[in-house]
Amino acid sequence: MRSEDDDAPQQPQAGPAAEVRARTRRPTAGPRTPRPGAQSHPLRHGAESRTPRPGNAPSRRLTAPEASRSNAVHPGAWWLWALGLATAASRTNNPLLLGLLVGVAGYVVAARKTDAPWARSYTAFIKIGLFVVGIRLAFNLVLGSPIPGSHTLFTLPELPLPDWAKGIRVGGRVTAEGMLFALYDGARLATLLICVGAANALANPARLLKSLPGALYEAGVAVVVAMTFAPNMVADVVRLRTARRLRGRPTGGIKAIAQIGLPVLEGALERSVAVAASMDARGYGRTARVPAPVRLTTTVLTLGGLLGVCAGTYGLLASEGAGYGLPVLAGGVLASLAGLRLGGRRQIRTRYRPDRWGVRSWLVAGSGVAVAALMVWAGTYAPETLTLQVVPLTAPALPLWPALSLLAGLLPAFVAPVPPKESQ
Amino acid sequence: MIRFENVSVTYDSAEEPTVRDVQLTIPEGELVLLVGPSGVGKSTLLGTVCGLVPHFTGGTLRGRVTVDGRDTRTHKPRELADLVGTVGQDPLAHFVTDTVEDELAYGMESLGLAPAVMRRRVEETLDLLGLAELRDRPIATLSGGQQQRVAIGSVLTPHPKVLVLDEPTSALDPAAAEDVLSVLQRLVHDLGTTVLLAEHRLERVVQYADQVILLPTPGAPPVMGTPEDIMKISPVHPPVVALGHLAGWAPLPLSVRDARRRAGTLRDRLAEHDPRTPTAGTPHGETRTYPPTSTGGAGGNHGRAGGRAPAHRPGAEDRTPPATARRTLATLFRRPPEGLRTPTIATAAALGVRRGRVEALRHVDLTVTPGETIALMGRNGAGKSTLLNTFVGMIEPTSGSVTVGGRTPHRTPPRDLIREVGLVPQEPRDLLYANTVAAECTAADEDAGATPGSCRDLVTALLPGVRDDTHPRDLSEGQRLALALAIVLTGRPPLLLLDEPTRGLDYAAKARLVEVLRALAAEGHAIVLATHDVELAAELAHRVVILAGGEVVADGPTAEVVVSSPAFAPQVAKILAPQHWLTVPQVREALS
Repeated sequence: MRSEDDDAPQQPQAGPAAEVRARTRRPTAGPRTPRPGAQSHPLRHGAESRTPRPGNAPSRRLTAPEASRSNAVHPGAWWLWALGLATAASRTNNPLLLGLLVGVAGYVVAARKTDAPWARSYTAFIKIGLFVVGIRLAFNLVLGSPIPGSHTLFTLPELPLPDWAKGIRVGGRVTAEGMLFALYDGARLATLLICVGAANALANPARLLKSLPGALYEAGVAVVVAMTFAPNMVADVVRLRTARRLRGRPTGGIKAIAQIGLPVLEGALERSVAVAASMDARGYGRTARVPAPVRLTTTVLTLGGLLGVCAGTYGLLASEGAGYGLPVLAGGVLASLAGLRLGGRRQIRTRYRPDRWGVRSWLVAGSGVAVAALMVWAGTYAPETLTLQVVPLTAPALPLWPALSLLAGLLPAFVAPVPPKESQ
Repeated sequence: MIRFENVSVTYDSAEEPTVRDVQLTIPEGELVLLVGPSGVGKSTLLGTVCGLVPHFTGGTLRGRVTVDGRDTRTHKPRELADLVGTVGQDPLAHFVTDTVEDELAYGMESLGLAPAVMRRRVEETLDLLGLAELRDRPIATLSGGQQQRVAIGSVLTPHPKVLVLDEPTSALDPAAAEDVLSVLQRLVHDLGTTVLLAEHRLERVVQYADQVILLPTPGAPPVMGTPEDIMKISPVHPPVVALGHLAGWAPLPLSVRDARRRAGTLRDRLAEHDPRTPTAGTPHGETRTYPPTSTGGAGGNHGRAGGRAPAHRPGAEDRTPPATARRTLATLFRRPPEGLRTPTIATAAALGVRRGRVEALRHVDLTVTPGETIALMGRNGAGKSTLLNTFVGMIEPTSGSVTVGGRTPHRTPPRDLIREVGLVPQEPRDLLYANTVAAECTAADEDAGATPGSCRDLVTALLPGVRDDTHPRDLSEGQRLALALAIVLTGRPPLLLLDEPTRGLDYAAKARLVEVLRALAAEGHAIVLATHDVELAAELAHRVVILAGGEVVADGPTAEVVVSSPAFAPQVAKILAPQHWLTVPQVREALS
């Protein structure tokens, strides 16, 4: 620790960025030495543990510490941040703003993602996003668009359709306006997906589920186990497909998939039985004895609460019951929450090092909420720059204030703890 | 601590009880080893201790098992979770969470321990098992030995009084196995934990055991006693015990250290014999003595492969540089020009494979000649499987080249490639798709373009007495391996690759495999096996190639490479070092 810090004064203590660079280089100097942050000595918790040095003490305390379990940003905060960005994305179709948003999310992911398997999904989400844009454009190309346009790009041969299919068009004129509208629309959807992908890459989904209330714990475990199964099954498929080569059969094609389908399912089933046995032998499902009245109350509260939620929602949506809708809904929600809380009494489980919602989590979540709020506000003061009209065709412009407000989403790249870089 | 009273277990589909009339008491704080051939019910017996048998697996348990006074009939596995920790054969199937620290805490969370207690115990366990540096790592990224240690750690944190382990070291390289075993010993010595473990690789564990329970045959009542007493009568025993029998040592040595102390006279007697001659000649010479039944079927089908073999098996001596040069690291894998004289079946030249940023193989040179058996050794993740997979074209080389029978594997259509090279993967089940043995055979004949019935002939030769309508799933581990081997051999490949073939095999199945492979080698098949099993390598291999970090660090005749290595030397070599004896049969031959 000490010797590692000794080389720090040579680094220019210019600001956050320099500090981050200095820190990320550190583990490579001695890959085998235990990381200071990972030591988790009771007295050492990230930033606080670093000895302040005269002269640079404030900057030292303010820069993000190396991530460890103790100082991790709450996964819920990452999700709030991502949902904030997604809300902002849903408010605009300006491709420049959307691009900026993707850039913001991408920068934060690049700065703060770990090497864990779940963090690798970000690229998958980007691919899905591009695929969505492609699909949207393809549909527009083939099925036409309701947008009236005067700039014809080209004309596809139109499929003559019978009378009953009126209103559906296949082929025909493709206009620049229609394609542009489809592109904007697809880009918005893709940005939403990429925001979700960013949350996925930054927050371990299993840790998020660990924060569920006790009564929902068992459902949470089922989801976690299912999530670890998907990658295993994919690995099985890959392994079995390549193993077909050893039998002299082609590894691609529909037939290959069909033939390995059964072994893959069998493998998955066997693994789930094995995991179930392991969980049972390790005490999964041990419950506390709960007095009968409490159990009854729990059932009544939960069921009644859910009924209330249903009735309340109906009241809100239907025209006649608008008056009582909201209070019934609120009552239902409260009753269900109470039911969940009581139901938690059956659980004897305790939680190991639950994620704490600290200052950094507040800042991360706050930056997402701020982005969403600023964009909603921007929708009132500059609606025409956020929602671009395609008729008549105009080049999109980057509105200054909305763009600046999006940059608030970059805050996590400076406040969240820096993940240690593994040598792999 | 554990008491079995008249225990019999009958599974629902079975007519006979799997274990019968078990009457045992296992005292507290002992490391007890459960031995016996495959299929005698070792896993069943282990399962009764943690209650998974019969609560989870079904079946009927007669009699009574009590652990620390708790009856497993009335206590479900989850109610024994604070008392018994269980780790099954496959550590991956054991994990519920995704990072090391969460996994260690999972059991304690279920038991509802206070957060402060959990935190302290996780830290203690991380230190005890040497996992502190891995605490935040996702479990999927760990090596086999690390995973096994995490699995043991995850059941240790609730402080169970009893630890039940099913083959904890069978998937591990020798060094990782030592790690795991020393941890177990520490638990027994420092914490007074009672450990009950089943293991096939006795050479690794028997010297650590306080007591041994022997299940000699299915349904027979178990015998319990001190390791020395049991090893005297046990049908399964490690080479050190076999050597002890041969030399007539009493009391029987169980560890290499004990045996070395007594081996002085034996070493003197053996000094008159030249240890090198048997090393080079034995694998070839011994194949002639095998009964024709085991090799006849295979032999009849391999005219082509046999024809390729030169009249003389290329001796280890004339293909490799002198021993001194062989030991230096970098120079020894460069094959001398004489190597080109003999026909080669497969070569890898300056082979490199990258996966993402990881260089799985770096500049590997390897030449395989007909009739030669090569053992690829090295720790988990050293690149052994990658090298084998490159030879069958499953992995494309990033740099350098691979040729098998004059073709480039990854560009050869699979249909043609199976006539050049066959690989039996680590999990032989990956090769089996059909519902019956007969259907598998028909499909294999079609795939290889062989005359109908040739695969079935091979199966009959390798696996006598297997019925056509048996489901591959119902075969034992060893039988499944033999079936996969038969399917691979249907294409009559001159080069046969095996990945970790002895995982989960008992001594009898291993001996059968050794016989079959020797017969194949005698016919001119080249065999490359990746293995952690040093005893297997000593018995079979003419040449040993050791990989470390994707590079070849040693390549030479088995005796040369293996004797000097603490990790890869077989027990006989360790006992009789510096002489170059490798196996008990070699010594027996020299003495007679």
